[in-house]
Amino acid sequence: MSAPSAPRVVVVGAGPAGVRAAQALVEAGLRPVVIDEGRRDGGQIYRRQPEGFTRGYAKLYGSEAPKAEALHRDFDALRGKVDYRSETLAWNLTPGELHTVRAGEPQVLPFDALLVCSGATDRLAPVNGWHRAGCYSLGAAQIALKAQACAIGSKVVFLGSGPLLYLVAAQYVQAGAQVAAVLDTAPARPPLAALAGLLARPRLALRGLQLIRQLRRAGVALRKGVRPLEILGSDEHGVAGVSVFDAHGDVQRFDCDAVGLGWHLRAETQLADLARCEFAFEPTSRQWLPRLDEDGRSSTPGVYLAGDGARILGADGAEAAGRLAALAALSDLGHAPGRALYQSQHADLRRTLATMDRFRRGLALAFPWPQAQFAGLPDQAVVCRCEAVTAGELRRCVDQTGSREVNRAKAFSRVGMGRCQGRYCGHAAAEIIAHACRLPVEDVGRLRAQAPVKPLPMDTREVLS
Amino acid sequence: MSAPTRSDVLIVGGGLMGTTTAFFLRRYYGLSVTLLERELVGRQASGTNFGNVRRQGRDLDQLPLANRARAVWGRIKELLGEDLEFVPYGHLRVCYTEAQAAVLEQHAQAVKPLGLDLELFTAEGLRRRWGIFSDGVVAGSLSPVDGHANPRLAGPAFARAAEREGARIVEHAEVLHIEQEGGDFLAYAADGKVYRAPQLLIATGAWSKRLAESFGEPVPLEARAPTMGVTEPLPYAVGPSIGLSSPIETEGLYFRQIDRGNIVFGGGLKSIADPVNIRAYVKPDNTLRQLRELRRFVPGFAHAQLIRVWSGIEGYTADWKPVMGPSARVSGLHYAFGFNGEGFAISPGVGEVMAELLATGRTSTPIEPFSIGRFAGA
Repeated sequence: MSAPSAPRVVVVGAGPAGVRAAQALVEAGLRPVVIDEGRRDGGQIYRRQPEGFTRGYAKLYGSEAPKAEALHRDFDALRGKVDYRSETLAWNLTPGELHTVRAGEPQVLPFDALLVCSGATDRLAPVNGWHRAGCYSLGAAQIALKAQACAIGSKVVFLGSGPLLYLVAAQYVQAGAQVAAVLDTAPARPPLAALAGLLARPRLALRGLQLIRQLRRAGVALRKGVRPLEILGSDEHGVAGVSVFDAHGDVQRFDCDAVGLGWHLRAETQLADLARCEFAFEPTSRQWLPRLDEDGRSSTPGVYLAGDGARILGADGAEAAGRLAALAALSDLGHAPGRALYQSQHADLRRTLATMDRFRRGLALAFPWPQAQFAGLPDQAVVCRCEAVTAGELRRCVDQTGSREVNRAKAFSRVGMGRCQGRYCGHAAAEIIAHACRLPVEDVGRLRAQAPVKPLPMDTREVLS
Repeated sequence: MSAPTRSDVLIVGGGLMGTTTAFFLRRYYGLSVTLLERELVGRQASGTNFGNVRRQGRDLDQLPLANRARAVWGRIKELLGEDLEFVPYGHLRVCYTEAQAAVLEQHAQAVKPLGLDLELFTAEGLRRRWGIFSDGVVAGSLSPVDGHANPRLAGPAFARAAEREGARIVEHAEVLHIEQEGGDFLAYAADGKVYRAPQLLIATGAWSKRLAESFGEPVPLEARAPTMGVTEPLPYAVGPSIGLSSPIETEGLYFRQIDRGNIVFGGGLKSIADPVNIRAYVKPDNTLRQLRELRRFVPGFAHAQLIRVWSGIEGYTADWKPVMGPSARVSGLHYAFGFNGEGFAISPGVGEVMAELLATGRTSTPIEPFSIGRFAGA
């Protein structure tokens, strides 16, 4: 138990960033609260299998097994020293107070510093037919495998871009699933600037190449530079195949009964939004991200952001960012042991993050968001799956109502107004709107988040005061 | 392109009161109109409110105006070319106590001679007709031809229709101050442009105090923020807009189900209005209290999920009556603001009446109780 005068620090998320943040806080003598939505710690990347499952680390995490094991072991060692609350949703945030709910019981947590380590989700681009049953995100396809040892189908096509595309496909092959094809929208030859960035972490870049070799050896059809045409099938029977233009402009069709889709990741920024943090447009990845200084301070005093919820640096970057942000928070609070740790470690941590950031830029350039794809998306393609808003409806909304801003288009068309609140369609909707009104995508703004951070069960009770 | 900056009427404020007035000025009277809006039309109170098209439960002196507005709602598609999702599926008020049931009954008698027929329900009658309420609900009163509409669509749709009729709608035009010169009002915008007209309507909602004061007419007006929320879509089952009638503020509640299936709700304690920064914030404890009251009201809601909350900024007057009509001091100057969180339903009536006033100098609808003169010398 820390002294009554100890600063109240809350960590949201028990993935790589959150665990390393909590560890740094404990080292400095604090007992932080750690909130996590998951049943177990580890986050998405190092998700722990449910109790009773017996697969080993090598089987679950492949080349990342030692890191996963280290993170789990270190968090297990922290368990008595942190106030860990699993299966808890941080549903709202007001100045100085985090609002959580667990199994219908709400709680208000006042804080002096908040470390938001909220992670990322798949970044999705609509493809005509992607509303059909059998379409999953890459992340969901991976979770099915990691958590439940299930494949999303008996014959799977993976479509999108980014390292996860190849990783998930390789994991499926390894698990014995049939992978019909891996279809990458990125060009076959990445730009030179991308290579320079990727060489910032040569071992990781090499591992990517190994994955590709592994897939090739397994006989998986690999195509680069594709343009998605359609996810074939019917509303009754779901997915039956995928058709794309290949790099030569020829139509290719791959039969399958499930599709995993994803274009790298997008940061989960709802809490940063509710914290009233300033956002800035990041042109390489074409997404809005909270403004951060090099230690993870947001524009809102007392609110720190780390991990893929702020910058998509991957798990290693998240571990460094979590530790650095936690130490920066303690230093800002005038906490002497924390400040000493910050002073001795921040330079190294910043250097690590700078390397990770060069690699991030390299990845973003090598596996770009398929911005050119949106102009050609047919009118009947669904963009917002929650509300079934099509590309044509969005374009009509721009033409007929003059909406030149995404929140305006949301008000008129319902795009982003459903259960996911635009977390999955927001980026694509902005691209379609920007193209329809001939503006750069950063000029049409971004969907503002409102509480709740995720759907809140209406049997949630009142806070007892 | 150099457009003339003089028009017959200048409207400051692009909420529902301003945009409906601009529309009817063009449609019925052909006057030239310029409307200046600080940001985008139809936001704040106009775009974030609940969307009730309700006549019962109002002050009796608002009934003629509300009846006139209801007549416009019935013609909305013909007037605008779109229906604003207006559905005349009824407005139902229910209550938890016999004492409140007596209030509903009394109200039904009082509004009957004013042209509003209400149908009273017992608990058993409510159960047979809707079957969703908890046992605590003891009586109800239905206004069968009222209903609800989509406030996010209304203001912008009136502005577009006004533009089609020839009005000039200028967004991102913040008026810093207004002067009088040679029988004209001169409005100075933040971007340096000047707009002039012999007649002026101030319809800047919760922000109207400053301009009214600059003409020597101070108004006790306060900015408040409603607490709103919406559930995930549920199977469509509830036609009317439904409100709880209660003298207890914390149990105040109203909800409606939209065609898509979501339940939109509001009521209870207000949240946080920040009119200086044009922001409103929902207080989480208000939302959780609303969930408690929703479960108490309709037990089935316990199984749904809340997906979004929001708020906006509404203007409340000290006596809960709007400010509407000509200035008591300055010829050519008019006001329409301070609708106390219940302006949406009557907005098309306000637009018709204000257009009539501006064009002809009189109106057939009694609005004397809403004169700004009532605050003179206060």
